[in-house]
Amino acid sequence: MGELIKLDLKKKTLREVNDLLQNLDPKSNLRNYLVSNPTGNHAVCAGLKDEMEVLIKGHVGYYCAGMNQKALITIEGNVGTGVAENMMSGIVHVKGNASQSAGATAHGGTLIVDGNTSSRCGISMKGIDIIVKGSVGHMSAFMAQAGNMVVCGDAGEALGDSIYEAKLFVRGFVKSLGADCEEKKMNKKDLEILKSLLKKANINNFDAKDFKMYGSARKLYNFNIDNVSEY
Amino acid sequence: MCGIVGIYLKNKKLSKDLGKYLTGMMQGMATRGPDSAGFAIYSENKKSKEFKYSLCLLNHYSFNSFKKIITKKFKKLKFKQHSDHVVLISDVEPKKIISFISLEFKDVSLIGYGKSIEIFKQVGNPNEVIKNFQLDKFSGTHAIGHTRMATESAITTNGSHPYSTGQDECLVHNGSLSNHNNLRRKLLKQGQSFDSENDTEVAAGYVSNSLSKKKSLKETLMNGLKDLDGFYTFIAGTRYGFAIVRDEIACKPAVIAETKDYVAIASEFQAMAHLPGVNTAKIFEPEPGVVYSWGS
Repeated sequence: MGELIKLDLKKKTLREVNDLLQNLDPKSNLRNYLVSNPTGNHAVCAGLKDEMEVLIKGHVGYYCAGMNQKALITIEGNVGTGVAENMMSGIVHVKGNASQSAGATAHGGTLIVDGNTSSRCGISMKGIDIIVKGSVGHMSAFMAQAGNMVVCGDAGEALGDSIYEAKLFVRGFVKSLGADCEEKKMNKKDLEILKSLLKKANINNFDAKDFKMYGSARKLYNFNIDNVSEY
Repeated sequence: MCGIVGIYLKNKKLSKDLGKYLTGMMQGMATRGPDSAGFAIYSENKKSKEFKYSLCLLNHYSFNSFKKIITKKFKKLKFKQHSDHVVLISDVEPKKIISFISLEFKDVSLIGYGKSIEIFKQVGNPNEVIKNFQLDKFSGTHAIGHTRMATESAITTNGSHPYSTGQDECLVHNGSLSNHNNLRRKLLKQGQSFDSENDTEVAAGYVSNSLSKKKSLKETLMNGLKDLDGFYTFIAGTRYGFAIVRDEIACKPAVIAETKDYVAIASEFQAMAHLPGVNTAKIFEPEPGVVYSWGS
C-alpha cells in the first residue's frame, strides 16, 4: 500500500483533502491515508472511487464516506447523518456510533458500525450489507429493497416498514415491526449469508442461530388480483 | 434548518469561560442559521432582591433618552449597555417596571427578565451578532443559543430565539410546530401573553404556563410531547435547570457531550469540537421522545 500519507484538516481544507483522495493517480501506489482533526466536518471522504485505505481519526459530521466505491474507510469516532449513503462498493467501518440514515440508499459494499445507530438505518437500502454491533433506532430498513442488515443488539419501532426484498437479521429485541414486515424462517442459505457477514465484521462472540430473520410479507408491493378494482 | 446550542456547567470553576465556550458553539452553527442569532446567559445573582431586564432598543432609539426617562420614574437603577441591548437592573417589583416600559416606550422591547437570566438577540449573521454583544466576555452557570434560518415568521428581533415568556425562563427550537395557533388561543385564555406570531413563542408560553402551575421542567416537557405537535428539538432553561427534548419522529438533530465538568448540547457535533475534553466526553444522541434534564 506504500507509505502512510498524513492529511491534517487543521492544515489543509476539507476540499483539498477530498480532492486529493477523489483523484488519485491510477499508477500511484500511494494508497494509505490518515485524516486527522475532522472536527465534525461534513462530507469527509465523500465520493472516493479507487482502492485505498483511509483512517479518519476523530468525530465526523454528515455524509461521511458517501457514494464510496472500492475504498476501505475506517472512522475512529462517531459519524453524523448519512454515513456511507449511496455507497456502491468498498467497506466503511465506524468504530463509534452512527447518527440517523446510516447506509441510506446504498447499492453495495459493507458498512460496519461498532456502536449503535440512530433512526432510519439502511433506509431505502439497495444492496448494501450493514452490520451493526449495537442497536438500531426506529424506522430502520424503511423501504429496504435489497441487501442484508445484521443487528447484534435491539431494533427500534417499525423495523422494515414497507420492505421489499432485503433481509434483516436481529439478535435482540424488536420493539415493533413496520407494515408488511414479518419474521421469516431462516433457511440454510440465509444462515450462510448471516455467518459470512458476522465473519466479515469479526464478530465471533455471537452465534448465528441466536438471530431472527425478518423480511417482506409481500402483501404491500405485489400486485394482488383481489385489489384489481382499485386500479 | 436552524442551529441550537446549550451548555450547562457542572464545574463552577469554568464559569468565567462560559461565554467563550458558547461563542465557539454559535460559530459552529452559523451555517445552519444565517438570518439571526440570540443567546441567553444565566449567572448567579447574589443580591437576591434585584431583577435584570433584557431590553432591545428598536428603530435606533437612543440609550440616553431611555435612561433619562426611566431614571425619573425609578430610583437606584443600574444599566449595562451591549450593542442595541440594555440590561436594566433594579430591585423594584417587576410588575411596575414591566408595565411602565410597555406603556412609556414604543421602541423598547422587553426580551426577558429574571434574577439570573440575560438575553440578547439580533438580526444578522451569528458571527456578527456574537461580536456585537461580545459574547466571549460573559461568565455564568449555563447558557443557551440559537442560530436561525427563518421559515415560519419574519426575520426580525421579535422572530429570533431564545424566547422568554416567564421569569428566568427561555427556550430555543429547531423545527416547526403545526398546532401553535390552537395552542396559542388556549394559552391566551389562561392568561399567557404573546409578542409575536412565532410558533416557538407558543412552546415557550406552554412551558411558562406549566411551570407556573408548579410542574417541574422535566414533567412539563414530558407533557409537551402530547400537547405540542410538529417537529422539534427544544433546549429549555430555568434559573437552575437545563433540559432537552426531541419529538418522537426525531427528524431534527441533536448531540449531547457530557464530561465531569459540563453538559453540552448542539444540533451537530461540529459546534462542540472546540470544547475542552470533548474527545473523551460521553457523546450520544438524545433518544426520540425522551426528556433529558440537569439541575433542578
